[in-house]
Amino acid sequence: MSDVDSVRDVVAVVLLLAGAFLCLTAGLGLVRFHDVLTRMHAGTKPQVLGILLIMIGGAIRLEGWSATWMLLLVAVFQMLTAPVSAHMISRVAYRRRHVRRDLLLVDELRTGEAADRLYRGDEPADAPPEEPATALEESRRDEGTLPPA
Amino acid sequence: MIAVFWAAYVMLGAGALLTLVRLARGPSLLDRVVATDVLLVIISAGLAVYAALQRDPTVVPVLVVVSLLAFVGSVSVARYIGGMLLTSGGDGQDVGLPLADEERIARGAEEERR
Repeated sequence: MSDVDSVRDVVAVVLLLAGAFLCLTAGLGLVRFHDVLTRMHAGTKPQVLGILLIMIGGAIRLEGWSATWMLLLVAVFQMLTAPVSAHMISRVAYRRRHVRRDLLLVDELRTGEAADRLYRGDEPADAPPEEPATALEESRRDEGTLPPA
Repeated sequence: MIAVFWAAYVMLGAGALLTLVRLARGPSLLDRVVATDVLLVIISAGLAVYAALQRDPTVVPVLVVVSLLAFVGSVSVARYIGGMLLTSGGDGQDVGLPLADEERIARGAEEERR
């Protein structure tokens, strides 16, 4: 059953090998890199390109449309969900300071030193203030940037 | 062709083992989340490689389940960690959890430079 005899099979096996190699590079990157964001960069290689290559290889090797559709479903699902989970993980990583900010070249999320506490983030269970103007003024008074009334 | 099959399995296994190393060493919860995410992807890749090489389509539905699980797991843990963010005024550093390891290393290097 596991024979390789035609050009199709050779192409499929090459694609499978490339996908497996991307999985190996993900492991290496996870061990060698030094903070959460760079590790995510390494870990996303098999999540998108590796899975795509392996799914194409599998669709070539497996006859029958049912397997092909399921492999296509997995590939589409990965491409839909990988950006979402990567976004959430990296956002939390930045906020919890798991990022080596001294190694960043550009830090576009860095707010000024005088950022008010009220609008710092959109953490879960964080509701906007009911009266934004007065709440902002009060928070600035608390921090001492505005003189007390 | 047996050698080619072995090469694929060895690369997948080595990747999974290195991911397990990162899963064990941490240092933060988010590193472990990333590592489990990658580990599940490698597991599903291994199942797909097995299915393709043996021409055995019975494990293909398992792939769908594993990729669903990977997404739900990583997103829910990320939300959970995000819920632990309690800004304790001042510098916005959250309380209740230890200092991030990367920040500790960076601060240590800064201390040595002085």
